[in-house]
Amino acid sequence: MSIARFWRETPQRYNLGGARCPRCHTVYFPPRSVCPACAQHRQTLGHLEPFQLSGEGSVVSYTVVHDAAEGFEMQVPYILAIVRTVEGPQLTGQVVDVDPNEVAIGMRVRATFRKLREEGKAGVIHYGYKFAPAEEPIRRAEPRGPEEAALVRAGPGTASA
Amino acid sequence: MEAGIVSYGAYVPRYRITPEEIGRVWGADGVAMGQGLGVKRKSVPAPDEDTITISTEALRTALVRGRIDPQEIGALYVGSESHPYAVKPTATVVAQAVGATPNLTAADFEFACKAGTAAIQTCLGLVGAGMIRYGVAIGSDTSQGAPGDALEYSASAGGAAFIIGREKVLAKVLHTLSYTTDTPDFWRREGQRYPSHSGRFTGEPAYFRHVTECAHRIMERAGTTPREYAHVVFHQPNGKFPQRVGRQLGFTEEQMRLGLVTPSIGNTYSGAALIGLANVLDSAKPGDRILVVGYGSGAGSDAFDLEATEAIAGYDRSFGRPVQSYLDQGTEIPYAVYAKFRGKIHMGGS
Repeated sequence: MSIARFWRETPQRYNLGGARCPRCHTVYFPPRSVCPACAQHRQTLGHLEPFQLSGEGSVVSYTVVHDAAEGFEMQVPYILAIVRTVEGPQLTGQVVDVDPNEVAIGMRVRATFRKLREEGKAGVIHYGYKFAPAEEPIRRAEPRGPEEAALVRAGPGTASA
Repeated sequence: MEAGIVSYGAYVPRYRITPEEIGRVWGADGVAMGQGLGVKRKSVPAPDEDTITISTEALRTALVRGRIDPQEIGALYVGSESHPYAVKPTATVVAQAVGATPNLTAADFEFACKAGTAAIQTCLGLVGAGMIRYGVAIGSDTSQGAPGDALEYSASAGGAAFIIGREKVLAKVLHTLSYTTDTPDFWRREGQRYPSHSGRFTGEPAYFRHVTECAHRIMERAGTTPREYAHVVFHQPNGKFPQRVGRQLGFTEEQMRLGLVTPSIGNTYSGAALIGLANVLDSAKPGDRILVVGYGSGAGSDAFDLEATEAIAGYDRSFGRPVQSYLDQGTEIPYAVYAKFRGKIHMGGS
């Protein structure tokens, strides 16, 4: 992947930056510029707001990869899962820090920040979200003021407390 | 000095390896090696972890616990001797990943194992001068010893992040002092994969002299004696050095207990004293006086005379894991898997 393309997607890969429709509050990841859920979706064009996912979710389905994609040979067998985030969007990501025989559908997970791939020994290193088992029952943070609402900017996995 | 620690977080990777397993491969008595070093097992980073990811996890925990808006961070420094890039900052990736960009100054620090404590001192200066509201100091490493070398039995991975500010301070920094000389006890030349060290020379003239002098001088400045401290934390390249220096200085086992984490996770280099401090802060009570003396080869010591405030009683640690859980838990791996994870296996090609 080119440096420019990856760099453009940094807000999504580092911080799960999505978008939310101001009318129906549907959340999209990756971000969209129009809300297809709204009846008059054309009127939402350009009005979707940036919205950061908390990084909390649960495993909808998963597979264990034994024949790795290039760059992932060191990690086999690794888990690739579809995760439904608490905000709604479903996304695909690796699940780490759990053995393949321990992962389960419905398992609660939390976004974590990991190395995604390296462009060889001399190239750039790409970082982004993966998922890890949530340590404790997830308690949703109800923002109690601007200070806490701003917490959402701290990145995925940080909105519970 | 009004500034102090307003929040903190620690992170240690999941995998562990024992000295016995390392010794088995090299034909050495690993059990005796582990006992000699005072290390029961050491942490190992997963293939997708490095100083950048460890620093980010530790800082995200600190931000949530302290309920701090990352946009209020005015400075972010990452101290490490295993920055993933030789040129390109660790700090910019971490800052972006926590949402602190773009209005902040950021840089990578390097001073063997004490770059993290040096970063705390820099943040104290900036916060104390009123130039920034919050400063972030991180000490984090994924250090390696050459295969079969004594260092391989202890060099591990982990880190801790400290947010320095003047509001809702958990632990006031009453004094800080450093003791620095040119002492070649441990180094890594540009382009070399593994560090070199001067064997026994790393003891008396290096670690012990700097830590002892620094501890004496800060207590002299503070007008304190070891008895006034509830907890003491030393840099801990192994389990033995910090206990020996602590006893020489007149501290008891109980004062040293919480600050000593290396026996369970190995030497996390820039993270070592800071993870020890995080473990102390996990249990500290208001009024507890804490002495921290870091050490970095090359060589220097940074000391901090801290006092826990009333705010620590109400500090919400429910996000992230307590340091004790990293000491107790972990998944042990055999040497072959460790060698694969750490890139010690030649895969062919150039």
